[in-house]
Amino acid sequence: MTMQLGGQGIRGEERDQAAVGGPLAADRQPRGWRPTGRPGGLEERAAYAFLSPWLIGLVVFLAVPLGIAVWLSFTDEQLLRPGRFVGVENYVRAFSRDPSFYKSLTVTITWIFLAVPLFLISGLLVALLLNQRLPGMTFFRTVLYVPAVLSGVAIAVLWFTLLNGDVGAVNQLLRQLGISDPPHWFEDSDWALPAVALMGLWGVGSNAIIYLAGLQNINPEMYEAAGIDGAGPWQKFRHITLPLLSPTMFFLLIGELTAALVIIGPVIVISGAGGAAGPADSLLFYMLLLYRRGFVEGQLGYAAALAWILTIIGLILVWLTFKIEKRFVHYQV
Amino acid sequence: MSTADLHPATSTRSARRLRGWSTRRLLHAALVYGCLIALTLFIALPLGWMLTAALKPDNVPVFTVPTEWFPTEFFNLGTFGDALLRPGEPYLRYVANTLFLSVVNIIGAVLSNSLIAYAFARLNFRFKNVLFALVIATMLLPAPVLLIPQFLLFFNLGWYGTYLPLTVPAFTGSAFFIFLLRQYMRTIPKDLDEAARIDGAGYWTIYWRIILPLSAPALVVVAVFTFLGSWNDFFGPLLYLDDPELFTLALALSTEVSRRGTEWNIVMAANLIAMLPPLVVYALSQRRLLGGIASVGIRG
Repeated sequence: MTMQLGGQGIRGEERDQAAVGGPLAADRQPRGWRPTGRPGGLEERAAYAFLSPWLIGLVVFLAVPLGIAVWLSFTDEQLLRPGRFVGVENYVRAFSRDPSFYKSLTVTITWIFLAVPLFLISGLLVALLLNQRLPGMTFFRTVLYVPAVLSGVAIAVLWFTLLNGDVGAVNQLLRQLGISDPPHWFEDSDWALPAVALMGLWGVGSNAIIYLAGLQNINPEMYEAAGIDGAGPWQKFRHITLPLLSPTMFFLLIGELTAALVIIGPVIVISGAGGAAGPADSLLFYMLLLYRRGFVEGQLGYAAALAWILTIIGLILVWLTFKIEKRFVHYQV
Repeated sequence: MSTADLHPATSTRSARRLRGWSTRRLLHAALVYGCLIALTLFIALPLGWMLTAALKPDNVPVFTVPTEWFPTEFFNLGTFGDALLRPGEPYLRYVANTLFLSVVNIIGAVLSNSLIAYAFARLNFRFKNVLFALVIATMLLPAPVLLIPQFLLFFNLGWYGTYLPLTVPAFTGSAFFIFLLRQYMRTIPKDLDEAARIDGAGYWTIYWRIILPLSAPALVVVAVFTFLGSWNDFFGPLLYLDDPELFTLALALSTEVSRRGTEWNIVMAANLIAMLPPLVVYALSQRRLLGGIASVGIRG
């Protein structure tokens, strides 16, 4: 029998089973019946047994918590103290009485505008380099992907040291290059976010690998044909590579956007779990505020409301991105 | 000149036409290699500095002018021993804890995801399409929203301060792996199931004796991603562990930076210890791993 691909396989399966005979096939419904197993039959019972780990997880770890999350956000629940229903009080508090709320929104939105374009463009440039037909590309590809497999905490510890204002290796290098007063990165409220971005740039390989897969899917004949028509390299890039790569770029854009919204890990390492969020709260990302309110201060109800606000912001951003998609993303038919 | 060679097709064609190294092709290659070597240094130098720092004995300053990017003078492997056996906070314990969690997670992920994927790939049952759509839909659930109720759930179950919140969920499958394995299992010829069924094999036997072994390449991808995720996990241990005896490597490392009077050579040795297993796993599986990343689009 051939491989099962897409929806076509279903009828083939039925035919196979009918042809084999035996006790299982004998009590099957005749051909032309719905393409699912007999209701309540052995196959169906087996299937649900196989699915049971997932079904249990779906209910216990996803559906129930999701319901609780809605309820919690309307209560003043704290750890070890059940909450009372307080209506939309938590939401009102976020928008009107929590000064850190707007600060954290500003930091997160600044981060999105800094990090998302930076990581998208750098990844593309590296992928274009790796896509050249020259010897040794496998080696470079392997090396550039290395930071993507390493522990984020270990990377944060390493870069925090490298970016130390006085003795860090990066500033030593900058001084050697003639910059007498290099930025003090994590110690300077203006440079703390760029420092996190620099650290993120170290992982440029992970986006580059995905771009590279997209680039290698482009049919070389398209470039040949465009060359015969007299297109220059820039025109080929602009009118062949970019449109054909736009689905990949869109996929990465959604990924980077959602990742930027919920960034927290490296920041906790650098600023300490309960402590300051960088100089002048310059690293007070939204998720760090949520973590602080929820798990350091124990205001779980309020933190649940913060999580819903973040989710709604995320949904709006993704919706806007999909609107852009219609205009700029080109899907091959 | 720089934009002249953005396209592999152009390069191969010119190579074919010119049969050799023309000036133009030489310049192109020099430019590409120049950029790639610079990028490689960007990746390698920080790692080299970390190794240099870790190999220094306690009485030698870690920060020097100019920076020493690679070890030349000191090769004190004892720092790694000092980190692993540090009194009160031995990294050896954290390594063992992290390894334990990773192994349990790998077992859980391989077993549960393959079971679930087997049902979706090769069995017929009511609501199959609805349930599979639900698998995909769970990928879109907002993680921040689930954070607090899940914490409350585990807390009320009495799981706080134990490894249960960090291991049990792995046994219930995850959408990405279910999808990946289902796609792979669909390519295994159906004849094999039929032949086994004639021989009297039940669904479990078919899964265990036929589908599972034949899915090994995809299972390796699941195992490697689970290992990386579990070994490098920071937020889970941060939320659920309070006993330093149970700390993982990432959690122990995260407390080092904000500490006063840090012994940087020991921290960098511990950092390297945390990075080494993922590096080794990556080196062993990189061809398959990068293939898997490219096909399903998991980002690092």
